[in-house]
Amino acid sequence: MLQGLALIFLCQLAGETLVRLLGVPVPGPVAGMVILLLGLVLAGGPGESLRRAGTGLLGYLTLFFVPAGVGLVTHGPRLAADWLPILVAIVVSTLATMLLVGWLVGRRAPAESGPEAGPEAGRGA
Amino acid sequence: MPEFGDIWVYLAAAPLLWLTLTLFAYLGGVWLNRKLNGNPLVHPVLVAMLLLISLLLLTGTSYDTYFEGAQFIHFLLGPATVALAIPLYDNLRQVRELLWPLLLACVTGVTVAVGSAVGMAWLLGARGETLLSLAPKSVTTPIAMGIAEQIGGLPSLAAGIVLVTGAVGAVAAGPLFRLAGIHDQRAQGFALGIAAHGFGTAHALTIGLRAGAFAGLGLGLAGLLTAFALPLVVSLFPG
Repeated sequence: MLQGLALIFLCQLAGETLVRLLGVPVPGPVAGMVILLLGLVLAGGPGESLRRAGTGLLGYLTLFFVPAGVGLVTHGPRLAADWLPILVAIVVSTLATMLLVGWLVGRRAPAESGPEAGPEAGRGA
Repeated sequence: MPEFGDIWVYLAAAPLLWLTLTLFAYLGGVWLNRKLNGNPLVHPVLVAMLLLISLLLLTGTSYDTYFEGAQFIHFLLGPATVALAIPLYDNLRQVRELLWPLLLACVTGVTVAVGSAVGMAWLLGARGETLLSLAPKSVTTPIAMGIAEQIGGLPSLAAGIVLVTGAVGAVAAGPLFRLAGIHDQRAQGFALGIAAHGFGTAHALTIGLRAGAFAGLGLGLAGLLTAFALPLVVSLFPG
């Protein structure tokens, strides 16, 4: 698991370095995800350690959003003034986007085939 | 015996306190969510946010002090984003089969996400920094904060808006997909990733690993597209 974690950190580090070298407005972790994906394609799949570290992290993904969300506390006055437009905009836009994208992909997708990928299929996050 | 006040002064300044409280607030959220039979409105993250914000306000603690401790949790967002490459790799064949519909849906989705949010808020009277902080709402937190800064919004407000967007997406996904007859895991996952970033992806992972993989793909594609296109579009509308 430690090997896997080290590998994930290494990919993020490579991603952070790359986006700064190239000056592109992409966050390091997203570049790191692409780098790891390329590595997995070249290596023919993740090892046991990497898979365990990865699924471990992904299982707690929502927890990692909490600190940023608490940051709303610093915007009391603006939220008091603008909460209605912000909330309506979020709800309408999110539902519209989800519906449209789901419909666009769903109508073009052939029937789902093959078993659920991965050894921990169906595990709740 | 030291006064409780003295102990509080020491603890409140150490990162351990707020790190621990963040974990317990989240666990409390998970517990409450189970008690209420998984009611999506009582999302563990929303419960944790509400608890922690109340606690900060009650104790008069600044967000900076809170973040000293919580940054260790915040940090793990990065590695978790990288780890999305694993379910994505597992579903690579499925992605290749659907490449063009996915790209088309991504461009459409990002346009609608940004356009409808900004348009709606503008109609309801929001202006300036609020609008610019809403524009990147559907993309993952680090990208959204970077974009908000670049186009003149408020990064921390953008982060909060992104999170509420994610929660709304996760809460609405089940009923919405049922009503619209969208049953395919790939479509559900991709829609969640585009509209509700990592939070939607976390929800997609509870549907299944395949949905999670497509959500990770949606998150990445939407993030890249928004990061490149939004600053360009905003620069076309001076003032």
